[in-house]
Amino acid sequence: MSERLEIKNVHVAVEGQEILKGVDLTIGRGEVHALMGPNGSGKSTLGYAIMGHPSYEVTQGSVELIDSDGTRHDILAMEPDVRARAGVFLAFQRPMAIPGVRLADFLRHSVTNVRNPDRKEGQELMPMRDFRSELKSKMQELSMDSDFARRYVNDGFSGGEMKRAEILQLAMLRPRFAILDETDSGLDADAVRLASESIARIGGAEMGILIITHHEQLLEHNIPLQTHVMLGGRIVESGGPELAAELHKQGYDRIRKAYPEAAAAEEAMEAERRLEATTS
Amino acid sequence: MSIDTEESSTLALGEINKYDFRTDTPSIFKARRGLDRDIVSQISEMKKEPAWMRDFRLKSLDIFNSKPMPHWGGNIGIDFQDIFYYLKPAEQQGKTWEEVPEEIKKTFDRLGIPEAERKFLSGVKAQFESEVVYGSLQEDLAKKGVIFTDTDTAVREHPDLLREYFGSIIPPSDNKFAALNSAVWSGGSFIYVPKGVSIEFPLQAYFRINAESMGQFERTLIIVDEGAHVHYVEGCTAPMYSTESLHSAVVEIVVKKHGRCRYTTIQNWANNIYNLVTKRALAYEGAMMEWIDGNLGSQLTMKYPAVYMMEPGARGEILSIAFATAGQHQDAGAKLVHAAPNTSGRIVSKSISKNGGRSSYRGLVRVEPGAKKSRSSVVCDALILDDISRSDTYPYIEIEEQDVSIGHEASVSKIGEEQLFYLKSRGLSEAEASTMIVGGFIEPLVKELPMEYAVEMNRLIELQMEGSVG
Repeated sequence: MSERLEIKNVHVAVEGQEILKGVDLTIGRGEVHALMGPNGSGKSTLGYAIMGHPSYEVTQGSVELIDSDGTRHDILAMEPDVRARAGVFLAFQRPMAIPGVRLADFLRHSVTNVRNPDRKEGQELMPMRDFRSELKSKMQELSMDSDFARRYVNDGFSGGEMKRAEILQLAMLRPRFAILDETDSGLDADAVRLASESIARIGGAEMGILIITHHEQLLEHNIPLQTHVMLGGRIVESGGPELAAELHKQGYDRIRKAYPEAAAAEEAMEAERRLEATTS
Repeated sequence: MSIDTEESSTLALGEINKYDFRTDTPSIFKARRGLDRDIVSQISEMKKEPAWMRDFRLKSLDIFNSKPMPHWGGNIGIDFQDIFYYLKPAEQQGKTWEEVPEEIKKTFDRLGIPEAERKFLSGVKAQFESEVVYGSLQEDLAKKGVIFTDTDTAVREHPDLLREYFGSIIPPSDNKFAALNSAVWSGGSFIYVPKGVSIEFPLQAYFRINAESMGQFERTLIIVDEGAHVHYVEGCTAPMYSTESLHSAVVEIVVKKHGRCRYTTIQNWANNIYNLVTKRALAYEGAMMEWIDGNLGSQLTMKYPAVYMMEPGARGEILSIAFATAGQHQDAGAKLVHAAPNTSGRIVSKSISKNGGRSSYRGLVRVEPGAKKSRSSVVCDALILDDISRSDTYPYIEIEEQDVSIGHEASVSKIGEEQLFYLKSRGLSEAEASTMIVGGFIEPLVKELPMEYAVEMNRLIELQMEGSVG
């Protein structure tokens, strides 16, 4: 069996409200999957839950990382940093600014930990010289200015710069499985094309990738093995790349009509969110 | 024996518990506990001081006794009669480290002072308990007329220069602890930088309290003459004892026309030190005074470095970092007084509170009548790491002139769950992530420090952060 990330019947609640209502998805290493769906359908929630955000409580189901020899690792039992060291990565839709911390310093720490999963705090970091030369070549591949690494992490970055910084981290950390949460949002057409090429080059056969997107452009160089549509906290339909093209062009009306139960769940979730917004 | 002993070369900056060690050091003379006219006279006599200084001390003692404790700041639970006010550790001051008594030399070796001296300092003073036990100054600077000595020596050797300023910038009546220092002061640095002389590398003084229930009362006076330039650095540490010790310094600085002075403090006191310090500088025409103040450790620190901008074009900057953890209260801040037109000031204060620590920013910006076109900005940011810690801001602004520009910004933030999660999702443990966020928070100030001190500061913060995440 090949290496894979196996998501089974995952239910996730945020502040007591159930957002995901049983998600099943298996991503093999080397495969690309696309996850589409209207805003609020639960796509980002799945990413956060897999990465271990403390506000996203998995109430049912399992997420396991399975080695090629069949060994299973219970991702949900791990702290987020242990998940990262196990080879899971999430490119954030809205990455956090860490003022005063230089991207290069942060990345050196991060790369050291991810490549040496057993490293204890305070132990040696990756040698500066090696790190710098690797960072430099990765930045060149991504057409990034070398000054970029000296800036504070996401602090004052434009939307596009944030996304490129996420792709740079993906390139440096080389995870086994990556979830890219709207890595195309905030980018113009040229930048999306560049991002699409970069991701394809970074990923290749070494990475299983789940691309969360509203558009098909990011998939141009990352042809998905499967496209999944999420609605009301469930994956309601899966298909090939042509499904992504259809959804991008025609929206979700056909999906809503075909799956009235999920559409109703989506509407209920939306109503609850509106209520919360007016009362808080 | 050469200075380059094996012991000093194995020293790494920021070893764990680097500062919490004590040596069994016999003293040459130790005054009895307590404070009264006899003790004050005895200190003066031991130092063979002129009558004017003895009288100054005795008058200051009266002022100290007549003044109430400050009603603001922190809780000062000191029994003034339970403290040793004077402890002489060595017969005389060493001009080389070989002349310093072995036990004391070992202490400063462990603190890395001789090593730092060799690498990047223009001159060093090392004070152990009440007296400066080691002093050096690069020869070329001495030839240019630079004076860098301990204040006791200056009383004897530079009486006219010293008397012109001593106690004039911070008179004994300024506050209770300035009066206390004036009565029992001992040691500290005296610096004179002649006209136009620029000192490239920092002068450093290191203050070490070793004994229990000890009071350390150094007195520093810095005179920067016209167009001259100096960077002075002080470091302070003490080991942990079960009873409190007191550190109460007075630092007076004059920066004359177009002179520049930068005063950097990195203190890392043990948790039972009361650190009550008065620091004030006068800046004259076009002069620049900068205080960079790193406050770690102590039970209570009350310290508000001040710049009085006396003539047009004077500038004052105060950058401070305070880190309060369990059992600590950092009441730190700054004071800018615009006493002339076209003066400009800046205060940047950053505080971090964790494990129930409390940090306060207490600051004053005052614009005197007539100080037209003066500009000041105050930015104070507080970072709180958990729910049991506390941060307060007490900004005072007194403006008696219309034509001025004064800005004040304050922020209090909690270390964000989202920031922590982001860093953890990249493989950093919670402790590493917190330390990184705190390091980033103080980075705008740390980058102002010379590299060696920036490294030290970051290491100190890392030490404070250790074990902070349960």
